[in-house]
Amino acid sequence: MKILVSVKRVIDYNARPRVKPDGTGVDLSNVKMSLNPFDEIAIEEGVRLKEKGVASEVVAVSVGPAKAVDTLRTALAMGADRAILVQSDEAVEPLAVAKILKALAVEEQPGLIILGKQAIDDDCNQTGQMLAALMKRPQGTFASSVMIEGDAALVTREVDGGLETLRLALPAIVTADLRLNEPRYASLPNIMKAKSKPLGTKTPADLGVDITPRLMTLKVAEPPVRGAGIKVADVDALVVKLKEMGVA
Amino acid sequence: MTSLVWVEHDNVHVKEATLAAVTAATLLGEVVALVAGHECVEVAKAAARIAGVSRVLLADDVAHAHGLAENIAPFIAGLMSDYDAFVAPATSASKNIAPCVAALLDVMQVSDVLSVEGPKTFTRPIYAGNVIATVESRDAKLVLTVRATSFAKAESTGGEAVIETVTGATDAGLSSFVSAQIAASERPELTSAKVVVSGGRALKDAAGFAGVIMPLADRLKAGVGASRAAVDAGYVPNDYQVGQTGKIVAPDVYIAVGISGAIQHLAGMKDSKTIIAINKDEDAPIFQVADIGLVADLFDAVPELTAKL
Repeated sequence: MKILVSVKRVIDYNARPRVKPDGTGVDLSNVKMSLNPFDEIAIEEGVRLKEKGVASEVVAVSVGPAKAVDTLRTALAMGADRAILVQSDEAVEPLAVAKILKALAVEEQPGLIILGKQAIDDDCNQTGQMLAALMKRPQGTFASSVMIEGDAALVTREVDGGLETLRLALPAIVTADLRLNEPRYASLPNIMKAKSKPLGTKTPADLGVDITPRLMTLKVAEPPVRGAGIKVADVDALVVKLKEMGVA
Repeated sequence: MTSLVWVEHDNVHVKEATLAAVTAATLLGEVVALVAGHECVEVAKAAARIAGVSRVLLADDVAHAHGLAENIAPFIAGLMSDYDAFVAPATSASKNIAPCVAALLDVMQVSDVLSVEGPKTFTRPIYAGNVIATVESRDAKLVLTVRATSFAKAESTGGEAVIETVTGATDAGLSSFVSAQIAASERPELTSAKVVVSGGRALKDAAGFAGVIMPLADRLKAGVGASRAAVDAGYVPNDYQVGQTGKIVAPDVYIAVGISGAIQHLAGMKDSKTIIAINKDEDAPIFQVADIGLVADLFDAVPELTAKL
């Protein structure tokens, strides 16, 4: 079984985004960029399934600018076998990314597609679900465990009240939540090896996908800042405050 | 403009987040509520009493019993020829389904709407809530998920909507429900509690969490939350997590105990009315958003606080 994993180059989770002074967008120049943390978990899951002998090949895909090659090299260093960059210098919305991934799935015929549940830049949490709906295949979103049993995947999901487990017919789409696994660090030899792994490039037009945005960003702004608070000296002072607020 | 609003429920009760979605949809126009589930007629009756709801569609079918997106999303997409917008509270159930509906309608969803600025214009958080974007949809129909803490709750009584039965549900045969581990708790639900007590990694282990956080929460009749670090370390189950990708809460009082205040955690609670932080590190970022801070060892301060309240 082949596994397709999609990855996105995003702002590093420790970096703080700055709004451009004219409010037209977020200034990402000189900001550290990384592999989206949820996608890192998705790659790790794909690689583990290969190590268990469940998968035969792990293909990493990224839709993004030329620099997303770095992100794909990270995925290759973690253990993906080859990579595909679908290059676009424009931002591509989840719906268009889902269409691109569907077109690639038609070419690659994976048995499982794993995505991060959410990108930490646009925080949309949509692409995996959209892909499943477009492909008319089942989805296991917010996954904390994935087991392959014959022609089905047993996926345990993190839901509002706790956990639930679904049985999905393969091919299926899985989106990774935080506790699916702990991604490995790529070793230096593997980082070197990744440089010679195959990496193909396509464009959205090659795949017949129109990426014209459907949502227009009119402006971006920083949220209101909370006013500075006070520090209380001890527990007694805190008790007084809580009683003033009518909490206790 | 008429919206179809997703009623979040457990086949018995309407979940409160639904009431915020009704308010958001009311700002767009007429509101029709959709109750999709199995043996859920009581839910439809409750939805019919929500102020502002003009009609309730009841889709009671075994295919909808477990909220499987493969069965429900095509069903909703089929209903959408009569509606201009699909509006759902941003719960885990609707986050699972709404993007499928959007894709089937060839529409870009607007996730986590914070405010309605116009018929097709909304604000939403990006970058863990560090940036607020104002976006305008160019699609013919809207698919929105709504952040429940950002909208007032519609009154749950006073409405007298008619209930209509809709049929046509099918089992796509792609997925099936196996099991669930849903923890029953006597505590107020995290996302709707007036007071929330949250614990972080500084609690050291599950026993520390249970021994320090739970008594204070019991005393204050509070919901209990946790930082990602505490959940990852196994002190509490996943559904306690407050943050960018966990639960979003905005209680009257949020008490953060032993939580340093990573951006990802702040994203889930910084709209709380009053934030109280107890941490022994006076430089912890949590104090930058706290209204009231106490620099102290939580293992001394919290039991003392619990005893004195």
